[in-house]
Amino acid sequence: MPTFDYAPAPESRSIVDIQPSYGLFIGGEMVDPIDGTRFKSVNPATEEVLSEVVAAGPQDVDRAVDAARAAYAGAWSRLSGRDRGKYLYRLARIVQERSRELAVLESIDNGKPIRESRDVDVPLVAAHFFYYAGWADKLGYAGFGPDPRPLGVAAQVIPWNFPLLMLAWKIAPALACGNTVVLKPAETTPLTALAFADICQQADLPPGVVNIITGAGDTGRTLVEHPGVDKVAFTGSTEVGRQIARSVAGTRKKVTLELGGKAANVVFDDAPLDQAIEGIVNGIFFNQGHVCCAGSRLLVQESVADELLAGLKRRLGTLRLGDPLDKNTDIGAINSAEQLDKIRMLSEVGETEGAERWSPPCELPERGFWFPPTVFTGVSQSHRIAREEIFGPVLSVLTFRTPTEAIEKANNTPYGLSAGVWTDKGSRILWMAQQLRAGVVWANTFNRFDPTSPFGGYKESGYGREGGRHGLGAYLDV
Amino acid sequence: MPQPQVSPGRTRRRPAAALASSLKPVTVTIPAGFADVTASNDTLRRFLHGLPGVDQVGAEARAAMLATRSIKTTAKAFALDLAIRMVDLTTLEGQDTPGKVRALCAKGRQPDPTDPSCPPVAAICVYGDLVPTAVEALAGSGIHIAAVATAFPSGRAPLDVKLADTKAAVAAGADEIDMVIDRGAFLAGRYLDVYDEIVATSEVLGGDAHLKVILETGELATYDNVRRASWLAMLAGGDFIKTSTGKVSPAATLPVALVMLEAARDFRNQTGRQVGVKAAGGIRTAKDAVRYLVVINEVAGDDWLSPDGFRFGASSLLNDLLMQRQKLATGHYAGPDYFTLD
Repeated sequence: MPTFDYAPAPESRSIVDIQPSYGLFIGGEMVDPIDGTRFKSVNPATEEVLSEVVAAGPQDVDRAVDAARAAYAGAWSRLSGRDRGKYLYRLARIVQERSRELAVLESIDNGKPIRESRDVDVPLVAAHFFYYAGWADKLGYAGFGPDPRPLGVAAQVIPWNFPLLMLAWKIAPALACGNTVVLKPAETTPLTALAFADICQQADLPPGVVNIITGAGDTGRTLVEHPGVDKVAFTGSTEVGRQIARSVAGTRKKVTLELGGKAANVVFDDAPLDQAIEGIVNGIFFNQGHVCCAGSRLLVQESVADELLAGLKRRLGTLRLGDPLDKNTDIGAINSAEQLDKIRMLSEVGETEGAERWSPPCELPERGFWFPPTVFTGVSQSHRIAREEIFGPVLSVLTFRTPTEAIEKANNTPYGLSAGVWTDKGSRILWMAQQLRAGVVWANTFNRFDPTSPFGGYKESGYGREGGRHGLGAYLDV
Repeated sequence: MPQPQVSPGRTRRRPAAALASSLKPVTVTIPAGFADVTASNDTLRRFLHGLPGVDQVGAEARAAMLATRSIKTTAKAFALDLAIRMVDLTTLEGQDTPGKVRALCAKGRQPDPTDPSCPPVAAICVYGDLVPTAVEALAGSGIHIAAVATAFPSGRAPLDVKLADTKAAVAAGADEIDMVIDRGAFLAGRYLDVYDEIVATSEVLGGDAHLKVILETGELATYDNVRRASWLAMLAGGDFIKTSTGKVSPAATLPVALVMLEAARDFRNQTGRQVGVKAAGGIRTAKDAVRYLVVINEVAGDDWLSPDGFRFGASSLLNDLLMQRQKLATGHYAGPDYFTLD
C-alpha cells in the first residue's frame, strides 16, 4: 500500500446517451440500412455491449455516395468559401460545447484514458475545424492558384485509435475546400462518429454534405472502389493501404494514405535525461501505444543506456493502468481482443528472438482487454520486434555509438512516418532532422500535434500530408 | 596552505582562510567518490556543468500533467493533513514583534481551535532575533523553530557577519537554520565560494540544528542552474534544499520543485544520503499544496512524503488548508471569519 493512495476519481458516464442501436447517417438523416447487416460495438475496458450498429452493404454505400454527389452538385458548390467557413465554425463551436460528452464517449468506445480524450483528442478536434474554417474563404492564397476547385465526393476511411480526431482530420479540410464526404469510422469505434452526425444536424449542415456509414473492412472496400467517388483518403494499416492503392490504380481517383510506422526515438548522451524519459514514455505509452507515429524503437547512445534504462524503469513504476474513465488513469484498455492477440503474439516473438522483456508490476482488471507497459532490451535491428509495428504499449530498445550510426539505424526501416531526437545540442537537432527520413521529426518532445502542422510519412508510411496549408492540396483539383 | 589529502568517504576541512577564528571546527562528510569534485573551483564547475541538463518545455509539461491528477475524498483528506504537518508557518517582516510571533506560535500549535484532531505545523520560521520569543511560546510542543540567517534575504554581507548571524540564532535556541546562498557568487561562476560558505555555516550549527539551504531559484533563472545549485548544496552537507526566500518573484513553482526533487532523488541514489526539499513563497491554496504532494509522490517517492522530507514555507496557505479540511469533514465551506488570522 503506497503512502499516498489516490482514491478513485471517476468521470461520470451520465453525460452520454448511447442509443441501443443506430442507423446510417445519409442525406442529413439517420436511416435504416437497405442491405446492411448489424453488429455489436463493445466497451474494451469491460466487454459490455454498448450498442448495435450497421455494417453498410453495397446499396447503402450507393445511397451514401449518391447523397454526397447530389449535395456537391447542389447546395454545397453554390456556397461561397465564406459560407462554407461559417458551417465549419459552427461545427467547431458545437464540438467545444459538447466536449465533455464527446470525451467520455470516446473513452468508453475506444478504451483510452479520459484524461487524454479530454485534454488531447477533443480539443484538437475543435482546433482542426476552427483552423480549416479559416481557410475556406482563402483558398486563392494557399499557393494552388487563384481559384482552386474541389475534387467532388471524398471517400474517407479512418482507424480506431483516434476515432473523432481522425474524423476531424478528414472532414475539416475536405469541407473547407468545397468537397462533400462519405466517411466510414472503424468497426470497433463508431460511436463518436455517430455523435458527430448529430452535431451535423445540430449545425444545420446541408443534407448530404457529410454522410457517415458504419461497417467493417467490406464496407470500406466497397466505398473506396465506388466509381462515383473522386477522392480516397485512408488512415490505417500499411497492408490495407496497399490494397487501396492497387484498387484505385488506373482510375481518376486521387489518393492519400497515412499508414503505419516504427518510429525511432533517438536519445543522445547529452540529452536532458529526465525529460527524455518522459518523452519516451509519452512516445510509446500514450494512447496505449496505438499511435501510427509512436516512438516504438528507442535508440539510446550506448554510453548512457544503463542510466537511462534505470530511470525509465523507475518511471514506468508510477504509470497507472485501469479504468479509462478514472481521471488519474494513464494507461487504458487495448481497443479489441484482436489487437490484444496481436500484441501478445509479437511480445512472445520478442522473447523467442532473445530480447529481454520487462514490465512494472501491474494489476490487470479481470474483464476487458489489457496489456501492461512492456520494455524489451537487447533488441537488434534484425529482430521482428524492431521491424514490425506492434501497435501496443511495447517498447524495443536498441543502442548506437555515433550520430551517423543513429541515422543509419533510424532510417533502416520500410516505414518513415516520424522520429524523435533528444539532445541539448541545437546543431545536432538540425543535422538529425535533415538526415532522418521521416515526415515528422520531434526535437526534445514527442507526439505533439497541431492543425497548422502538416503530418504524413515517407516510404511505406504513406503519401500526402494532413494539416496545415499542405493538407489542402489533398482536397483540391491541383 | 597545503591541501590535505583526502580519500573517498573521509571527512575533510576546508582551508581556514575564509572562516572566522571563533568557530568550533566540525567537519563535513563528503560523499564517497566526490572528494575530487570539490578539490577546486574548476573541478566543481566541470562536475556541475556535466550534470544532465533540464529541458524547460519538458519539465514544465511534466509538472502540468501531474497537476491534472484528481485527488478527492480519502486521498484529499490524507493530503490535507500531511500538508498541514509539513507547513513551516512563517513571518519574516521588518515589523515583526514578539506579540506577532507569540500569536503565530499559538496558531502553529493549534491551527484549528474547533477541531483538536487537526495536526500542528512542522515549524515556525522567524528572523533570528525573535527566536527567544518563539522558544518560550513553543515550549513542549515539539514544533521546530526555524530561523533565517546569513543576511537573509539578500546574502550580501561579509562572511563573518553571516556566520555571526547564524551563531546567534542557534545560541538563542533555533533548531533549524534557513540560510541563503550567495547568488552573486553562483552566477559569477565562483561555485567553490558558494560551497565553502555552506560548509562554514553548517559547521557553525555543530550538528545540533539542521540546515536548509535557500537557492533563491527566481534569481538563478534557469532550471539547469537550479539543478546545479541543488547538487552543490547537497554536496556541501545541506539537510534541506529550499526554493526561495519568498521576497523575490517568481518563488516556488511546481516545475522548480520537480527539478529539485529529481536532484534529491538522484543524490540519494548516488550517495545514500536523503536531503529534503522545501518549497517557499507563492503557495497560497490547498489545491497548490496537494499538487506539490503529487509531484513528490510520483517523482521522489514515499520517503519524501513526510515533514522530514518536504516542507512548505507559507503563511496564508494554512488557512486554506484548514478551510478545505473543514469542508471535507462537514460538507460545506465556512467563511473566512471562522478561521483565525493568527
